[in-house]
Amino acid sequence: MIVTSPAHASPVPGAVAPAVELCGISKRFGETLALDGASFAVQRGQIAALLGENGAGKTTLMQILAGVQAADSGELRLAGQRVELASPRQAIARGVGMVHQHFQLVPTLTVAENILLGAPRPRFLLGRQPLHVEIAALGQRLQLPVDPAARVAELSVGERQRVELLKALWRGARVLILDEPTAVLGPLELGPFFRALRALAASGTAVVLITHKLTEVLAAADVVTVLRRGRTVARDLPIASVDGDRLGRLILGSEETAAATGEAAAAPMTPPAPALAASAPLLRLRRVSAIGQRGERALDDVDLEVWAGEIVGVAGVSGNGQRELAQVIVGLRPALAGRIALAGQEITRLPVRERLARGLGYVPEDRLGDGIAPALSVQHNLALGLFRQPRAPWLLPWRALAQRSAELVAEHDVRLQSLAQAAGQLSGGNVQKLILAREIDARPRLLIAAQPTRGLDLGATAAVRERLCRLAAGGCGVLLISEDLDEILALAQRVVVLFRGRVAGTIDRAAASAEAIGKLMLGRTADLAAAEPV
Amino acid sequence: MRWPLRIVPRHALGRWPRAGIALAAIALALLLGALFLWAAGIDPVAAYAAIGRAAFWGGAYALSDTAVKATPLILCGLGCALAFRMRLWNVGAEGQLLLGAWAASGVASFWLPAATPRPLMLAAMALAALLAGGSYAALAGWLKARLNVSEILSTLMLVYVATHFNNFWIFGPWSQSGFPLTPQFPPAAQLWRLSDAAAQVPALGGIGLHAGFALALLTAAICWWSLRQTRLGLAIDAVGDNAATARSVGIDVGRTTVLVLALSGACAGLAGMVEVSGVVLRLQERFSPGYGFTAIIVAWLARLHPALVVVVALLFGGLLVGCREVQPAGIAMLLQGTLLFVVVGSEFFVRYRLRWCGWRAHE
Repeated sequence: MIVTSPAHASPVPGAVAPAVELCGISKRFGETLALDGASFAVQRGQIAALLGENGAGKTTLMQILAGVQAADSGELRLAGQRVELASPRQAIARGVGMVHQHFQLVPTLTVAENILLGAPRPRFLLGRQPLHVEIAALGQRLQLPVDPAARVAELSVGERQRVELLKALWRGARVLILDEPTAVLGPLELGPFFRALRALAASGTAVVLITHKLTEVLAAADVVTVLRRGRTVARDLPIASVDGDRLGRLILGSEETAAATGEAAAAPMTPPAPALAASAPLLRLRRVSAIGQRGERALDDVDLEVWAGEIVGVAGVSGNGQRELAQVIVGLRPALAGRIALAGQEITRLPVRERLARGLGYVPEDRLGDGIAPALSVQHNLALGLFRQPRAPWLLPWRALAQRSAELVAEHDVRLQSLAQAAGQLSGGNVQKLILAREIDARPRLLIAAQPTRGLDLGATAAVRERLCRLAAGGCGVLLISEDLDEILALAQRVVVLFRGRVAGTIDRAAASAEAIGKLMLGRTADLAAAEPV
Repeated sequence: MRWPLRIVPRHALGRWPRAGIALAAIALALLLGALFLWAAGIDPVAAYAAIGRAAFWGGAYALSDTAVKATPLILCGLGCALAFRMRLWNVGAEGQLLLGAWAASGVASFWLPAATPRPLMLAAMALAALLAGGSYAALAGWLKARLNVSEILSTLMLVYVATHFNNFWIFGPWSQSGFPLTPQFPPAAQLWRLSDAAAQVPALGGIGLHAGFALALLTAAICWWSLRQTRLGLAIDAVGDNAATARSVGIDVGRTTVLVLALSGACAGLAGMVEVSGVVLRLQERFSPGYGFTAIIVAWLARLHPALVVVVALLFGGLLVGCREVQPAGIAMLLQGTLLFVVVGSEFFVRYRLRWCGWRAHE
């Protein structure tokens, strides 16, 4: 059954043909039917949310709209006109722009050069200076500030997202598809971001928002379409007519599962208070500083402690030193000054392998970039956990590894076709579970989890969070670096807020509130303001 | 009107369709080669028949010659494949081969007495070649790991250094009464050949196949096995696929770089030893027709797979042998180039297919 209702929420009144209409779209990838007659529509001036679990077909449907994939069957209409979009270029020419979840940026080029790539009227002479001014102005106007001269490789994930948005808008997108746009934005960036979207919509742009986060949908969208297993189960529901519970039920398709995710999102899963009998913290950073990619002081005099059995949250607006913090602890980035100790032993100068061997686990922020080898099999990726063992065998015990891998995959509920499957073929949630399986199997004493649930669906998010809590309950220390403030508030006992590479404040869970943390994230504390005027 | 063909991404392709594409590419390359030959006024059918006869179906001599030519290609190809799998572009196998030949020659003619027992002599030569080729490539690896010097440049430049280094010894200290070559190796420093047994088995007379071929096959087997079964093999593939991940799971990428380039260079160095000890029997100028460079093509066509390196090297060895029968002499290179171009180009069809959608007016 398809729940339908006319889209009254559109600010542009009714009789006009929708900016985009997709009807009966089907798409098959090998054995799996990704889309099974799905439909979707969005009006000019409207923000339409597309909801569904990982693998429901949201991204595929929008890739068809953006000309990235070709539909096997079905109809695509733009402003009432039937069209076929054979390539992203054709889609762009017709004003359809997509911001992909996995960024499509050339890391070695600057922000301005990336924005210029694939522009509708390529310029022969780049005219750097006026271009930079134009882009900076556009960013200012849309409240998406960027440095046009910066190289993309040096930007944080949140900053890259802004570049992606600007790129699509620069090309004159009248239909803007955003795949999980808020996943990489910090909580304080959300408000301005949604205001920017609203302003875009008001100027006549049709905005499609693909997301997992119901609260954001309810706050920002005009209408909602829900996909489940490649089918449209609800179309153009005005936002006023739905609530979170109903959407949850539509997404998951059954009452019980909806209850389960509701619990995952809301229920306090706090592990017991840490046993303070231990004499030293598991992880101690003393006045640690580090240089970032651009030569700036990305970390500045950071003090941090994580005790056994404790989850410490690191909050901050993206690009305030979170990435460098994780890298410095793991040993991927040298510490300029200061000391890092793991379980009382200094590890400041040790190579990565030694640190991992001493009980560090690492779930990196950029899953595909630093977490897995995408072309290698799932089995090989799990075997990568072997390199940290102090006496790793030079001959790989494949039989034992295969058995252990099968157990791990089952235990962590990684959904795959076979262990021989390339890890890069797994969905985002399953890649994350795979990395967690590998890191947890090494029995870490301290786990660094950077943005562990970014872009995951409700089910996978709940599974990952539960896993982190269980680790802490088992005596492991967890350093949770997250831009999702709700996540930090739900899991962490203490919250450390980073601002411009400095610890802006540390708040106990009891005293923690979104507002207090939010202020710290913007650097608005009395003492800090005195020391360094913002 | 618009172009009626569309390029559509393909989903993962099985092993057999891929092999089919490769075979079709080889057929197309031969066809293109035939076109070139015909344009040059040569009867392509006769030329191909002559090449095939000289290299493959012309009896034991032909096969033996092909295997002899393939031997250094296999060893250098394995060396390249090892490095390439890790995305280390060792394009200087030629230089490593030259240094391997130099070290083996030094052992054979100057540093060990001629009366040294043959197995000991040959083992010492092989060891010297492995060390020379390996450390030479490791130098480039160290520069890469420590100072981030591009190994493409350093390995290539070191080829010229090796060439002139060898020439210094050949023209200078090791020169034989002014000629630019060393004295012939003592019998103990010559690899066993099938023709050695001609006294007992007359049929083997004149067949130049030497033990180096068996050594090359053994090396290929070791590489194949090691890549699958050892921790180093996993590290090579992990770094090759995603160096950032490799680093974050604790693989020392710098050390692995030096080690893998050393192994890569050792394979090429061994090729040098095998060539001087099995074929040339002395060190002389320009004894290698560029095996180390051809090996780059061999490794690439073999998709960096050790077993396929053997197959492709035999094919290329056959081309080298067969094209001696055909004038002009550049035909072997022409066919090699065409093969590389078409087969590597055919990889496109592994990832994409063309869809015919008919001539239609745009809108």
